[in-house]
Amino acid sequence: MFAFVLKRLFQSVIVMLVVALIAFLIFRYVGDPIVSMAGVDTRLEDQELMRERLGLNDPFYVQFWNFLTNALRGDFGISYRLQQPVTRLILDRLPATLELAFVSATMAVVIGVLMGIFTALRSRSFLSGVVMTLSLVGVSLPTFLIGIGLIYIFAVELQWLPSNGRGATVDFGWWRTGFLTESGLRSLILPAITLSLFQMTLIMRLVRAEMMEVMRSDYIRFARARGLPDRIINFRHALKNTLVPVITITGLQLGSVIAFAIVTETVFQWPGVGSLFINSVQAVDVPVMAAYLMMVGLVFVTINLIVDILYYLVDPRLRVQGRAGGH
Amino acid sequence: MKHRYKLLTATLLSATVLAGPVAAETLRWAKAADATTLDPHAQNLGTNHNFLHHIYETLVDRAVDGSLTPRLATEWGIKEGEPDVWVFKLREGVTFHDGAPFTADDVVFSLDRARSQASNMRQLHVGVDSVVAVDDHTVEVHMKGPSPIYPENLTNTFIMDREWSEANNVVEVQDYAAGEDNYAVRNTNGTGPYTLTQREVDVRSVMSLFENHWAETPPQVTEIIYTPIAENATRLAALLSGEVDFVQDVPVQDIERLQSSDGITVTTGPENRSIYLGYRFGEEPLKSSNITDSNPIDNPLVREALHLAVDREAIQRVVMRGQSDPTGVASPPFVNGWTEELDKYPAPDPERARELLAEAGYPDGFTITLDTPNNRYINDEAISQAVVGMLARIGVQVNLASRPIAQHSPLITGNQSDFYLMGWGVPTFDSAYIFNDLVHTKEGSYGAITAGCIPTRNSIPRSSRWKPRSTSMRATPPSPKSGRSCRPTG
Repeated sequence: MFAFVLKRLFQSVIVMLVVALIAFLIFRYVGDPIVSMAGVDTRLEDQELMRERLGLNDPFYVQFWNFLTNALRGDFGISYRLQQPVTRLILDRLPATLELAFVSATMAVVIGVLMGIFTALRSRSFLSGVVMTLSLVGVSLPTFLIGIGLIYIFAVELQWLPSNGRGATVDFGWWRTGFLTESGLRSLILPAITLSLFQMTLIMRLVRAEMMEVMRSDYIRFARARGLPDRIINFRHALKNTLVPVITITGLQLGSVIAFAIVTETVFQWPGVGSLFINSVQAVDVPVMAAYLMMVGLVFVTINLIVDILYYLVDPRLRVQGRAGGH
Repeated sequence: MKHRYKLLTATLLSATVLAGPVAAETLRWAKAADATTLDPHAQNLGTNHNFLHHIYETLVDRAVDGSLTPRLATEWGIKEGEPDVWVFKLREGVTFHDGAPFTADDVVFSLDRARSQASNMRQLHVGVDSVVAVDDHTVEVHMKGPSPIYPENLTNTFIMDREWSEANNVVEVQDYAAGEDNYAVRNTNGTGPYTLTQREVDVRSVMSLFENHWAETPPQVTEIIYTPIAENATRLAALLSGEVDFVQDVPVQDIERLQSSDGITVTTGPENRSIYLGYRFGEEPLKSSNITDSNPIDNPLVREALHLAVDREAIQRVVMRGQSDPTGVASPPFVNGWTEELDKYPAPDPERARELLAEAGYPDGFTITLDTPNNRYINDEAISQAVVGMLARIGVQVNLASRPIAQHSPLITGNQSDFYLMGWGVPTFDSAYIFNDLVHTKEGSYGAITAGCIPTRNSIPRSSRWKPRSTSMRATPPSPKSGRSCRPTG
């Protein structure tokens, strides 16, 4: 187990280094940060001065090395756009994104798994047909459109829910939560639905397919022959065996929920790291973009690590192979 | 030849929207972007100035018609017998939000800070030699030479308190590169009618009425809640659902719909910005053209043909949905130097344009690439698309290269573009601002947006900048590093 984790950790470090390198290579083609930093009145010499002070004239490897060494100390520099330390900007915005991601992921998993089981067991019922059809909408409609549609119906026409922002918040140290106020919770509903819809339908379809596969297998037939009640067959025997791929997908999807909440955050003006990133891209705010990409990389690497360890625990075969490998 | 430079200009209209009566004490105000920093001298951006004008004040202000009005300065004029010295009489009885009195010393401090190395406002003050406090309420600004338009440059230079700045270690404008955090980026202490009571960047800012403000009649709005909402559709949804009262940056295609909604008033007015097409001239062949032995644009006949091919009124009608003023010069009417004659433009005449092209030796036209931004000005990319169609009618095949402004801008300043769309505002309300940046040959701090080239021995003296001149690319190839901003304020 220890060797397994160690090996995975080593791979993770390499992945992070590659992420940093690619991020840095991309930034050279995003545009000129000075354009957005300097106002209309900044003359050429002054811009050259700014460029020199920011170290933008240094060779690529020098900039990359400085970035890496500072990043290791948790220092991502000062945002070009907002003139504030990047680490603090991201930490300020992270709670909003994590709360949104947490609620969406929970909704996606709970509703997705339940509906998946339902449509698998009652695959011929009319309601299953309706759910399956609706799920196609969830998979195929772009997030942007779903968000705007929800805003139009629930904020503009019905005026039940706010169209943007996070409502009132309460601070716990540096963590700013929207869970404790009524307006905070109301503000959460539309973005959470928007963000979870795709994952929800994905999980539902996956659970359904796996479940139907398992239900056809011999051991379920034998269980039925033994006269076990449906509840035990469905949930203890069948569901448990569908979970391995579901865990993988859910884990990876959780990463994308955190990392790619960008569209949802933009549509709802949700003050998370995703909208911070979009604003930074437009302003070529390299320090924020770099830090954000590193953060996203870290999230994925960590989640993959946890998923791998979970496999190890859920699936006994892996443990056997691991030992047989004799590491 | 007055149009050798501007093929098309259109003054855009900015749209503002009010929902319901403004009698409410709190005004909820939404805009596309937040102020990036609260340090008044760190960035010269319209969004920042709009925000900070509530909190900080300037020596002089501008009335709706463009004329200068007193603010922290009550009178100003050139000193008797000394043409290089501007004298400002300051308002008495003004206090900063922290209670400190406003004196001439604060003006000296602020103007010095605004023209310091790290300040982004310094360009407006390059002509200043020194700033001297004569007494508590009189300041003399000694210029390096006669500067009749200097007060025009002061409408966005905010006055800070010297003691507060010293106490909070913000005497210097923030140095990004040093990686330092700066107190003034997040905190304010001005003399303006509102104090900043809450600030979450990109999320929400709250301003409350400053009780001790000097104005005799305080504003009716006692609290302003400022919410940046980047997404157009969401911003309008917030207005329609009554979550905000006042929205700026209304997309032109939504104006009609808003006008027909109950309780919403749409107000439009001309913006201080002209959209124009620029092109490379000089003898060197174009980079993006099939004519490889000469530069077709260098031929006045070709320029006249392009001029006649663009239908400004069609752009106004179709692309801008009526929300623009077609014009013949890159300057709005309220800017010094504007004349009706310059503003005239010919009726489009593709027939004549084709004849001119043939006369110039291009009977089959030529190809050229038009570089356009796609996220900077209202409908920027759509305007360029319309131009492509119009030029195709006279046989000029235009390839459209559309980029975000962050990538578009370096092409212009680095002299990489043959043909481009840009916008230009004139914050000083004086056409010197247009001449210095758009017309002057690239030289030192001048001509950064000029599509011309490095001057050679043929370069003309500054006094006749408007006239055609012969320039060449050969002298010194421009360095792509010499980028320059092109984001007009306002």
